[in-house]
Amino acid sequence: MKKLLIALMTTTAALSLAASAEAADKLKACWVYTGPIGDFGYSYQHDQGRLEVEKALGDKVETAYLENVSEGPDADRAFERLAREGCKIIFGTSFGFMDAEVKVAKKFPKVMFEHATGYKTGDNLGIYNARFYEGRYVLGQIAAKESKSGVAGYIVSFPIPEVVMGINSFMLGAQSINPNFKAKIVWVNSWFDPGKEADAAKALFDQGADIIVQHTDSTAALQVAEERKLHGFGQSSDMIKFAPNAQLTSLTDEWGPYYISRVQAAIDGTWKPDNVWLGIKDGAVKLAPYTNMPDDVKALAEATEKKIAGGWNPFTGPIAKQDGSAWLKDGEVADDGTLLGMNFYIKGVDDKLPQ
Amino acid sequence: MDITVNILLTIATAATPLLIAAIGELVVERSGVLNLGVEGMMIMGAVGGFGAGYLTGSPWIGLLAAIAMGAVFSLLFAVMTLSLATNQVATGLSLTLLGLGLSGMIGTSFVGQPGVRLPNLDIPGLSSIPVVGKLLFGQDPIFYISIALTAAVMWFLFKTRTGLTLRSIGDSHASAHALGIKVIRYRYLSVIFGGACAGLAGGHLSLVYTPQWVENMSAGRGWIALALVVFASWRPWRVLAGAYIFGAVWIGQLHAQAFGIPVPSQMLSSLPYLATVVVLVLISRNKRLTMMNTPASLGQPFVPDR
Repeated sequence: MKKLLIALMTTTAALSLAASAEAADKLKACWVYTGPIGDFGYSYQHDQGRLEVEKALGDKVETAYLENVSEGPDADRAFERLAREGCKIIFGTSFGFMDAEVKVAKKFPKVMFEHATGYKTGDNLGIYNARFYEGRYVLGQIAAKESKSGVAGYIVSFPIPEVVMGINSFMLGAQSINPNFKAKIVWVNSWFDPGKEADAAKALFDQGADIIVQHTDSTAALQVAEERKLHGFGQSSDMIKFAPNAQLTSLTDEWGPYYISRVQAAIDGTWKPDNVWLGIKDGAVKLAPYTNMPDDVKALAEATEKKIAGGWNPFTGPIAKQDGSAWLKDGEVADDGTLLGMNFYIKGVDDKLPQ
Repeated sequence: MDITVNILLTIATAATPLLIAAIGELVVERSGVLNLGVEGMMIMGAVGGFGAGYLTGSPWIGLLAAIAMGAVFSLLFAVMTLSLATNQVATGLSLTLLGLGLSGMIGTSFVGQPGVRLPNLDIPGLSSIPVVGKLLFGQDPIFYISIALTAAVMWFLFKTRTGLTLRSIGDSHASAHALGIKVIRYRYLSVIFGGACAGLAGGHLSLVYTPQWVENMSAGRGWIALALVVFASWRPWRVLAGAYIFGAVWIGQLHAQAFGIPVPSQMLSSLPYLATVVVLVLISRNKRLTMMNTPASLGQPFVPDR
């Protein structure tokens, strides 16, 4: 059912793509998204990056995209189609596209491939990712400062390392202000279902949380916070319009600068497969303007943001695991490999990780 | 006490769109037509409701637009299956596909725009009664509509002559036709009613539940509504019960998680569907009950022989 729908959408997208595949002197850059660009979240932000490329590089570049591509055999076809249709550089924006990209990249050695959030590389396949956990540490500090009950509600999607890393980083930030800070964690088993996210937010507020954090994509939870005159953080996009009195800040993804530099490199002929994990200092992770908080909290958040941009890692020891056993010694910094495969909670997290 | 009231309010909000869409589909299926396009009609209602509300600034106009959008969209299904006698399953599925795609296209400019919310209707005096007041008399307008609709459909189907005629068409369109009943006309009206209900349910999503527009925001609720109709064995009050059980299980597991009760959330979120399967198995074991409740000519195309 859903497959059929996606196949249908892929076909229509491909048709519109074929129509614009003319001008040969321009470099053609292409994107593959897993969601609709109208999600106002993850895929939307990637597409904003694509638009920035168009704006910055003007008539030197031509872009195209496929949206709603499911992570599986459909992805193979999507990448292959783009490669055949003259795309010179192709960005796959979802973790689940990894194997498809590896396969198609081998078939088209002259096409440049880039894959977001994965770990497999190749001669013509580079990877890129963003350190969202850096921003989540700042959110944790703000939450601990702003919460009256000392309890935050945390809405999460699936227990993958990216999400677990976010929870841990948030808690580290919060504990740095209030060692007894608690987060109530609710798994909604979906990246995107506004209704469920709203229900989860209501449940968390009903149980005494007064700040909401989310690792899901819609604005629903913030709207509930706005209605209840409480606070929360946005995700992926700046959601201030939806919650002018509730949003403290928003953890936003800014892919534009990276995409511009990579497409420019492709035009110049200097592109090489890379492995980058961008953070606050690269401008890939941004915190939307700090609002609805006193000046001292704002100053604290800005200082932390600066500290992280200066190279400090929130995962710096001493940090103990949830069961109390030691993880990082004093001053020890977690390596990227451990973070990317994170499957345990740190001390103070009040939840059992679903397996 | 407060928390109980809040939980019940959340359950009502979660159950309302399911209830409305399912009640509409129940009438459609009682007339012998199977419309699998509920999800598509719902999402069209959601985008129509949001759009009209956003552009005019009035959630009430949005509400009417949602209903109209669902009804007009269902007309497409009616023309195909009733006048042209196409396969109902295939047509219904394509209606869902079309709705999901079309709504995304219509809604492109609404993405990232805050919408308008239907205000709660507090009935003066009554809504200040402790506990019950807020639950029964302080909710959004669509909640009241959903309850009234259930009662009205119950009365219509089982207490009026027209309702009896409608059910007889669903049981045997050939006999009804032989008696001179205008089968096609009845079915047209049923399908349009079902579409209007699905549209209203969509309007609830984008005007009350989560006042915003995003693609695919119905997130499968149309399919749950379809399952509810079967779950309820085509009885309105059981649809009401079913919708609230679905809602209660869902909200209950969120609260269980927030309380820190170690329940596997994946397991709990599949409970409503498991329940449907169990009920289906139980129903189909009892032949007599099945015969009594299932509209016998459900899903069969009908071409009147003049």
